[in-house]
Amino acid sequence: MSAGVDGQTGTRPAAAVGTERLAGLARGARRDVVAAVAGAVVAVWVVAAVVGWRVLTPRDPALQAPSDRFARPGPEHWLGADQFGRDVLARVLAGARPVLVVAPLATVLAVIVGTVIGLSAAGLGGWYDGLVMRVLDAVTVFPSIIAATLFAALVGRSRLVLILVIAATFVPIVARSVRAATLVECAKPYVEAARLRGEPTWSLLVRELLPNVRGTVLVEATSRLGDAVFAAATLSFLGLGEPPGSPEWGATVSENRVWLTVAPWTLLAPALAIASLVIAVALLADAVRRRIDA
Amino acid sequence: MDIYLLRRLAAIPVTLLGASLLVFAATVVLPGDVARTILGREASDASVAALNSELGLDRPLPAQYLSWLGRFLIGDWGTSATLHAPVRDLVLDRLGASMLIAGIAFAVLVPVALGLGLLAGLHHDRWADRLISGVALGLGATPEFVTGVVLLVVFAATLHWFPVSARIPRDAGPLEALWHLTLPVVSLVLLCTGYVARHVRASTVTVLASPYVRAARLRGMSPARLVRTHVLRNATVPAASALGVQLQFLLGGLVVVELLFDYPGLGALLLRSAMDKDLPTLQACAMVLGAAYMLIVLAADLVYRLLDPRVRLGGAR
Amino acid sequence: MTRTGLRVEGLRAAYGGEPVLHGVSFDVEPGEILGLVGESGCGKSTLGYLLAGEIAPGGQVLGGRIELDGADVLGLDPRALRRWRSREVGIVHQEAAASLDPTMTVGAQVRTALVNSGAPRSASEESALGLLRRVHLPDAETLARRYPHQLSGGQQQRVVIACALAGNPRLLVLDEPTTGLDASVQREILTLILELRAELAAAVVLISHDLGLVGQVCDRVGVLYAGRLVELGHTQVLDAPAHPYTAALLASHPRLGEPRTVRRLTAIPGQAPGPGYTVGCAFAPRCPLATAACAATEPGLDPVGQQRLVRCHFPLDGASATPVPARPAQPADTQAEPVLLEVRGLVRRYGRTVAVDHVDLAIGRGEVIGLVGESGSGKTTLARALVGLCARGKGELRFQGGELHPRLERRAPAVRRQIQMVFQSPDTSLNPQHRVRRILGRALHTLRARRVGVAELAERIGLGADVLDSRPGQLSGGQKQRVAIGRGLAGEPALVVCDEPVSALDVSVQAGVLELLAAQRDEHGTAYLFISHDLAVVGYLADRVVVMYRGAILEDGPSAAVLAGPHHPYTASLIAASTGQPRRRPARRHTAIGTAGCRFAPVCDYAVPGTCDREPPPRREPHLGHHVDCVLQVGELPLWPHSSANPIPLSANQNRGAS
Repeated sequence: MSAGVDGQTGTRPAAAVGTERLAGLARGARRDVVAAVAGAVVAVWVVAAVVGWRVLTPRDPALQAPSDRFARPGPEHWLGADQFGRDVLARVLAGARPVLVVAPLATVLAVIVGTVIGLSAAGLGGWYDGLVMRVLDAVTVFPSIIAATLFAALVGRSRLVLILVIAATFVPIVARSVRAATLVECAKPYVEAARLRGEPTWSLLVRELLPNVRGTVLVEATSRLGDAVFAAATLSFLGLGEPPGSPEWGATVSENRVWLTVAPWTLLAPALAIASLVIAVALLADAVRRRIDA
Repeated sequence: MDIYLLRRLAAIPVTLLGASLLVFAATVVLPGDVARTILGREASDASVAALNSELGLDRPLPAQYLSWLGRFLIGDWGTSATLHAPVRDLVLDRLGASMLIAGIAFAVLVPVALGLGLLAGLHHDRWADRLISGVALGLGATPEFVTGVVLLVVFAATLHWFPVSARIPRDAGPLEALWHLTLPVVSLVLLCTGYVARHVRASTVTVLASPYVRAARLRGMSPARLVRTHVLRNATVPAASALGVQLQFLLGGLVVVELLFDYPGLGALLLRSAMDKDLPTLQACAMVLGAAYMLIVLAADLVYRLLDPRVRLGGAR
Repeated sequence: MTRTGLRVEGLRAAYGGEPVLHGVSFDVEPGEILGLVGESGCGKSTLGYLLAGEIAPGGQVLGGRIELDGADVLGLDPRALRRWRSREVGIVHQEAAASLDPTMTVGAQVRTALVNSGAPRSASEESALGLLRRVHLPDAETLARRYPHQLSGGQQQRVVIACALAGNPRLLVLDEPTTGLDASVQREILTLILELRAELAAAVVLISHDLGLVGQVCDRVGVLYAGRLVELGHTQVLDAPAHPYTAALLASHPRLGEPRTVRRLTAIPGQAPGPGYTVGCAFAPRCPLATAACAATEPGLDPVGQQRLVRCHFPLDGASATPVPARPAQPADTQAEPVLLEVRGLVRRYGRTVAVDHVDLAIGRGEVIGLVGESGSGKTTLARALVGLCARGKGELRFQGGELHPRLERRAPAVRRQIQMVFQSPDTSLNPQHRVRRILGRALHTLRARRVGVAELAERIGLGADVLDSRPGQLSGGQKQRVAIGRGLAGEPALVVCDEPVSALDVSVQAGVLELLAAQRDEHGTAYLFISHDLAVVGYLADRVVVMYRGAILEDGPSAAVLAGPHHPYTASLIAASTGQPRRRPARRHTAIGTAGCRFAPVCDYAVPGTCDREPPPRREPHLGHHVDCVLQVGELPLWPHSSANPIPLSANQNRGAS
């Protein structure tokens, strides 16, 4: 038998590790107040989107009341009323759902497709990787907002188009990022060691490489989510995506721009709603990134 | 370096060709009848067919593409059916207007973002850094029209410090023109500064922790000299690539900002023509924007190569 | 100001509350070189920084004093500290490339260092060139205009040394100055340090894990363990240690000319204690001579013998080198072995350069072939080609008589199982997300070796079952390397290619891994292609040694014959570098590589102009089965007088007169 044992290392049972993780999250929340607040803001909007405006406010966002036209914020309408007398607060609450349907779906789609492309391109290499890179280069010829505008304007307004268009502009970003991270791992000997013992290629990608780029995928997912909300609101502002009359925030800002001097609260409320959601998501994404880098 | 430059320049026409294909393909995906959209729902089938034939939309696709491409290359960009004007004059005129805003925004962005990023990095983890990083994160995430709306409501509608519309009157002098452009430029700058400042901060922190800065410090170099000699250059050079990325958002933001501030630029024209299905104008706008973007990206890349000797000279051993 | 040298008294430091230095004291006279040796975690890097008055973030000085020529370093205010650093002390760290600003020319950086130490700006350009010449950099004007990434590793290190010398310092601290450099480059830096020491009259502190380097260069040696100085004295300490740790360290250190059949290495069991307080002697848990008294009270640093201090209750008498000698191994059967793997005319390229140039090699069953070469020799490319990872190029491979496909993926699983590889860096050769059980289990599964269980495999590589559920991040370097070896052995291979398997490990851990490899060979008849830049490590295990240079094999023969000579001039220079003989003649520079003639001729001390650079060298045969490609006759080839009967001492005091 060989000489010398290099030392003992203790092991811990899995259950203890699990509860430790939850406790760690709670501790993290206490330490990172900003991220906790951001999480709360996102939670509020998610609740509004999922549960609906009905539970949160007595006013109907679609109810037109000509007598309340341009009512200033006050006890009757907390955030005022718009040109049709509709309650602004109710419209803002109702506007959460379109954004929170489009953005997460687009993100999930982009992350899945982008990860598959990036992982396989780096892992397989060769002509396949070259082809993927050429295609990605070709597709990113235009700035993303312009490309999205072009397509959405041409194809027509619908939520599905919005989701697909936003996802399509994100796929190259995610793919490039995952590909870069995978290439770093591929250069490490453990991948070659796996090849040496005869791991089939798909197993290499999924079993060896994917767990080690998990962090990158997570960072991409949270960053793209913020960008997706940004894109969804912007495209709606430009008049693409949502049908006219929808309480979606971007569309509302666009519609109410003419009342800037007369009734600024009709503009400010949805604009600040967008700002709050987008900043909260960005803060959360940043907290995730810092956690992963640590 | 020269081979690289030549290769990149040679790639531009190829990429533009690919772009033209994309643009043309996009306009073909149209689910609707172009002529009918122009003439309206009540128009008769015969007049629709006549307009289609007049616009050349009933020919096979490759033929349409080639004839369009041919005409585009010699400068005949057609006439806008909805705006009733030659496309080329329209587009070039608006291009100048958009480049004005973009240029001013970029000129303001570079020193502000670099300065804030360096400041945050040099004082990292102290209150100045927290403040700058936090604000930068927030601003970088917020769409331009949101910041624009807030700016409009506060500075234009309420305080009346700036005009509501960015449209420059025909006889305005340079100062008056700048006064009109202030709010849209600020919206664009706020967005892009966020990203670049955080990037510069990160690279500043990395440089401060690097072995060569530590070695210089252990030789007794004062902090001020350290920053001047080593940190400044090494921290800002990577920013060139970050700025390149931001140009994307700058160009995209033009569409939004021009719409919000009622500014007659290329972005607004792109949007308008897409909504109206004004194909010649749409195609020309897309091509010009694509070409401008490609040239800007190339310029950013070249600047980066110029600044970083490792990339410029390559390894000798 | 009179020069009194460096005085360190009772230095105590901590990191995040945990003590890492426990009362370190030593003196260094002006003009003297003190070596501080220790393994990873002993606190030598912290000490190196403290000597420059630098405390890393999160660290604190708990007590003690550092005095240079009367000035209290730790008590200086920031401004005075900066002035002191620019004029009194020079620090050279390892990884020279990282210590240089990549966006500034080399000349500009030296000029900046000079101006910073008070030199007048107008004369700085000339002074900078002078400084570059002083560190033996040729063609200083051209070099000064280059950027760091355009220089070789040795040149970069010299520039860093030049910057450190800018202020004519009274204290020079060298922290691992030659780690990562080729042996020949190490030798030149060594020569440079010795010359500078003579000129500078500065106190020099050399921190290193390399016992050989310290023995060659230093006047006195201090041995650090767990943040304490356990032995301090003249360099003879390394040949006749008094502290059991020093003795154990030496016992685990392979020496040139002492293969396994002559002296068996012994690893030190257990691990060094981490930062924190310990009761009693810090080395007691691992010491074979420890008693209850050792575990109870910590010994002081007391004098023993002449000018020597030891921290031990039972110091050794200093006469013997090992406290517990191990039984030497049985010499291998010298009968000719059936050929296992054969390589004929292998050619591999990296872009335009030829990495492997028509190489022939044969490995017999159960044979250990040591492959020696510096960076750029092609040894790693050759290894990868054998294993199937570098397939493009000409050449024929045969395994067990049959054809071996150059591409790994095209080999049959049964063949793939027989040829495996162990990589250099234990950190990146294991998947950080997988537990040990999974790593070993998957290896057993894909190599179709289901007869052996994971637990059994773990035992075979000397790891307990408790390690199986850990991830690589929780293991030590030695444990990780054992797992990597276990993974390679899972399929009971006939040949394992080991690419620098112990280079990244501490000396005391190396011995354990080497013995593990040897035991596998003894019990299972595994053959190895053992690659290393370290001749002593190679010589320990190898039956045959192959010497490679710039893609070609220059020499090939039984390891004792190759070592003793007559051997190739390149082998002679490798041995000289390994044993630290300073250069007698200035090194020659490699200029253009001619296609004709011997590829070593441009830098060979024995080269014959007109012949060596024109014609390919003939093959000489000094012994049976021993080939040397050189124009010199066998009688003219260099020899190495020290063999196992006459081992070379580590301390080079007797040899230094020649420089």
